[in-house]
Formats: sequence, structure tokens, C-alpha cells
Amino acid sequence: MAELNIAERQAGDVTVLDMNGKITIGEGSVALRTAIRRLLEEGKKRILLNLAGVGYIDSSGIGELVSSFTAINKENGQLKLLNLTQKLQDLLTITKLLTVFDVYESEAEALNSFK
Amino acid sequence: MASLRPCLITVTVETTELTLPSRIETVATAAAAVAEFVTRSGVSEDAAFGIDMAVREAVTNAVIHGNSQDEAKVVDIVLKSSPDAVEISVHDQGPGFNPSDVPDPTVEENILKTSGRGIFFMRSFMDEVDWFLPPEGGTTVRMLKRR
Repeated sequence: MAELNIAERQAGDVTVLDMNGKITIGEGSVALRTAIRRLLEEGKKRILLNLAGVGYIDSSGIGELVSSFTAINKENGQLKLLNLTQKLQDLLTITKLLTVFDVYESEAEALNSFK
Repeated sequence: MASLRPCLITVTVETTELTLPSRIETVATAAAAVAEFVTRSGVSEDAAFGIDMAVREAVTNAVIHGNSQDEAKVVDIVLKSSPDAVEISVHDQGPGFNPSDVPDPTVEENILKTSGRGIFFMRSFMDEVDWFLPPEGGTTVRMLKRR
């Protein structure tokens, strides 16, 4: 089984990536990077990462989230985060990234925020 | 007069040593071995999470920055469990490392950097983190989590 499974769905002009597994150095980080690059190539620049199923992330995974955020911003897009686990929220808090990312607990609220 | 009964005091110190190749996959291998070790050691779930984070970061540093993924070099890991603490040492065969060269990832100009948070996590989740440059070469990081 892959370290990180990513399922893509479309909600209006927002692409939602439902992520399950670990975003860690190697396979997990690469899977996230590949998915974001592909979406940008397809012109999909409004992206919501649903992280409810991500139970574990390391510094490489955090770096990949930051890299995704800056790559999407550079293309005048938006990356938002949905359903952070408590552990991930704690990691973003101590790294002072929680204020950088736009974070939501409700998908409807997150989708509305893109408008 | 009361008879003296024998009193048995058991002080359990368990040590496990691992020698692993300088590959990215070693991070997961080491984390799995450490998870098994800390479960046997009976540390709390929170402490186990922190130890897991710190070990992954220390082994990542050893494989990537220390040994530069050179498969001729190995990463040595020593796990010690005592009644007071769990201690983990990770040794690489790289050119040597000075942790003060790594900038603070939480200051404003570094917050959006894509790397440089590993040591910060190690220090955040463990009670003590020290680096040594042993005479035989390489770098050893020793991390301690008190019970």
C-alpha cells in the first residue's frame, strides 16, 4: 500500500485532494509534490487539501506543504487546508505556519472562502 | 524479632543497537524499530510520538546531510531504556556537523523555507539533544526523553 493515497475531486472550480496516509520524506512528500505540479500544469490553481486522513507528517512533509503553498501563490492560485488532525495543528503552531495557511474545519466554509 | 525478608530490586536497562544503510528507506526502518522498542519500554503515547518524530528527523539528517546517501557509509543507532528515561543515539560517518550553523526556522525570514525544521522538531519533542564529534569521525546526536 502506498504511503500516501491522494484522491482528487472537483467542487465547482476548486480541486479537493483527499489525502490518506503519511506525508514523510520519500514517497509521501513526492506524491504530494507530484499531485500539486500536475494540477498547476492542468491550470487548476484553487486547491483544497483535505488532511483528515493524514495521521503523520515530518519536517519534509511540512516543507512540502510550504513548497506547495508558495508554488500555487506564484501562479496566482490559492491553497487552503481542511480538517487538520490535532498533531498536525500542533506542528503548524510550533513552526508558526498556522497563521500562514488558511485552515478550515468545515468543507463548505472552506469552499465558500475561495469565492 | 521480625525476620528480614529478601527484597529484590530490579533495575531494567535495555539496549538495542542497529546498523542501517544510508538510504531514505532507513528512516522508516529505524522508526519501526524504535516504535517497537518504546512500546516494550512502556513510555506514554505522547512521549512515543515525540520520540518517533525526533528519531525520523535524526536519521534523515544522518542519511542525507551526514552520509550524503553514500551506501558505503552506515548509520548506527543505539537505543537505551532505563527506569528514568529513553536515550537514543544516532551516528553518521559524515564530515561533522555544527547545529549552531542551522538557522532558527521560526524567525520571520525563515518561516516559508522548505527545509531546516528537523533539528527544531528534535529539540521540541525531546528533553535533551546534544551533538558530539567523536574522534573516529562523523557526528553523533544523543537524544533523551525522560519518563
